[in-house]
Amino acid sequence: MNSGWSRFNISSIVLGFAFLYLPIVLLIIFSFNESKLVTVWGGFSTKWYGSLFNNQGLMDAAWVTARVGVISATVATVLGTMAALTLTRYTRFRGRILFSGMVFAPLVMPEVVTGLSLLLLFVAIGLDRGFLTVTLAHITFSMCFVAVVVQSRLVSFDRSLEEAAMDLGAPPVKTFFQITLPVIAPAIVSGWMLAFTLSLDDLVIASFASGPGATTLPMKIYSQVRLGVTPEINAACTLMIGVVAVGVIAASLINKRREIQRQRDEQAAQRA
Amino acid sequence: MKSLGSIRREFAPWNDPSATPYIVFENVTKRFGDFTAVNNLSLSIYEKEFFALLGASGCGKSTLLRMLAGFDEPTSGRILLDGQDMRGIPPYRRPVNMMFQSYALFPHMTVEANIGFGLKQEGMPRAQIEQRVAEMLKLVKLEQFSKRKPHQLSGGQRQRVALARSVAKRPKVLLLDEPLGALDKKLREETQFELMDLQQSLGLTFVVVTHDQEEAMTMADRIAILDKGEVMQVATPAEVYEAPISRFVAGFVGNVNMFEGTVAARDDDSVRITGASGAEIVVGNAGEAAAGNAVAFAIRPEKIRVSSRRPEGAANAMEGEVYDLAYLGDMTIYHVRLDDGQVVKASALNSSRAVEEALSWNDRAWISFPPDAGVVLTR
Repeated sequence: MNSGWSRFNISSIVLGFAFLYLPIVLLIIFSFNESKLVTVWGGFSTKWYGSLFNNQGLMDAAWVTARVGVISATVATVLGTMAALTLTRYTRFRGRILFSGMVFAPLVMPEVVTGLSLLLLFVAIGLDRGFLTVTLAHITFSMCFVAVVVQSRLVSFDRSLEEAAMDLGAPPVKTFFQITLPVIAPAIVSGWMLAFTLSLDDLVIASFASGPGATTLPMKIYSQVRLGVTPEINAACTLMIGVVAVGVIAASLINKRREIQRQRDEQAAQRA
Repeated sequence: MKSLGSIRREFAPWNDPSATPYIVFENVTKRFGDFTAVNNLSLSIYEKEFFALLGASGCGKSTLLRMLAGFDEPTSGRILLDGQDMRGIPPYRRPVNMMFQSYALFPHMTVEANIGFGLKQEGMPRAQIEQRVAEMLKLVKLEQFSKRKPHQLSGGQRQRVALARSVAKRPKVLLLDEPLGALDKKLREETQFELMDLQQSLGLTFVVVTHDQEEAMTMADRIAILDKGEVMQVATPAEVYEAPISRFVAGFVGNVNMFEGTVAARDDDSVRITGASGAEIVVGNAGEAAAGNAVAFAIRPEKIRVSSRRPEGAANAMEGEVYDLAYLGDMTIYHVRLDDGQVVKASALNSSRAVEEALSWNDRAWISFPPDAGVVLTR
């Protein structure tokens, strides 16, 4: 097979990446636009970033989003990890298939349905919509993502590690905290990050579950866009992209370094 | 049976009726659903014994070990350790430690922390733990690797860490699940002797599970041969090899030639066996075979002599043709096809450089053996 730079290869790469990234690049470029008109270039400026930080509404929404994200991701990680443990460890209890189906159903459930049903529940039990309800809603839908991530790690987990710990005198609870948890920690951390990201960019469910005083950043941006896109919104989105990009790059760099270190160690061990 | 070069000449508590066994399996059965892994098995193991459970995969040997460690409970029957019934006692309260086949080293801990893990669970003071860990590292010669993580070690080093970790608590009994299975051949042979030395110097009872008969023969005081969850024979390596009690055991351990036939006549300890083709074998040690029994005569290849002419005065001699031969340097292995069609394996030690009677492919040859060179098997 030809693996060189044929004209076809180059053009498909250019087209593909343009399709993926052109909108984002435009957004970033226009966030540095001097003009107030979003589609007309009026020279380079960073003034929208300055005014962004003075926009109390946007800053409040960002703060709400951050708190909702951290709390919901943390609770979802605990619950999702517990579900994953049950699903991989107790393989023979009655109704296991039903249970696993029910844990993973929200993965494919239309967000509108999840949001609406949560809204109905909150109304039915008389829970005022606000910070608490949006957090609960995010826990509900991000928990199953955590369960999937942790479960895939647990499937390949060597149970003899736990047996060895018990054999050496550690009771089950101690074994879990000293052996199981540290070994699956990377999967739990990525589960948390996934849940946090999901919470960060959720608009649909938050719109249903949130109320006055607990507007998340995506909700705020969406409502402002309806009144007309301002370069301020472009700046806010650029910052969000920046945060996510830095996170992703940092995570992959750390992984890469760890991998290289591991290979070096193994080579050293073989030489010894 | 006389001691045959074993290290501990006088160690044979199983022959002493007054000795109490340390580990007892009493009519133990273990079922997993429909599958019976261990079937009504009874076994006694003595203190300071090096005991091997030998069998093919799926024979129930690992299940026995796991029941002793406490990871599985017997479906019925009892397991006694030092006179105490082990039922219901969880693994973390049993005075046994196990070395796992996969080593099961904790990947997030250093070598030091791995070895000290069990001591920490005991609540041993820190200074004492450090001292014991240092002692263990010295024992397995890994002093300079104490700060490494398991993935920074080679296979042989990991094996030694696993060993050090499992003996660090000074357990009464050490269980070893295929301890040398993951090592290459040369390392395996070295480690066999290290394990034997360790067992001697620590004075522990070792129960080792293996599918490698050579490993079991080299290391163990006694071997239990298992098949389909049942014990076929428990005996010293020499007994298992020279006096197997059934066709299965004879075929499982080492190479063997099997002659099927019927006992034509018995005279004291001596029997005459007639094969299907009419060939006769005279055997001096008949065991319990009686006239009319269908039996197998089992003989090891090294006890059969191959010659180009009929040997003078041989009790048993059969004629055939050299069908295959392999020169290995120290010895030569002959496959002789007898005139009745059976192929017999014979090995000859090349003890002198001169080749007396060079036998080659398709040459006519005689095989011969004395009356007590093999055993008569009724089972």
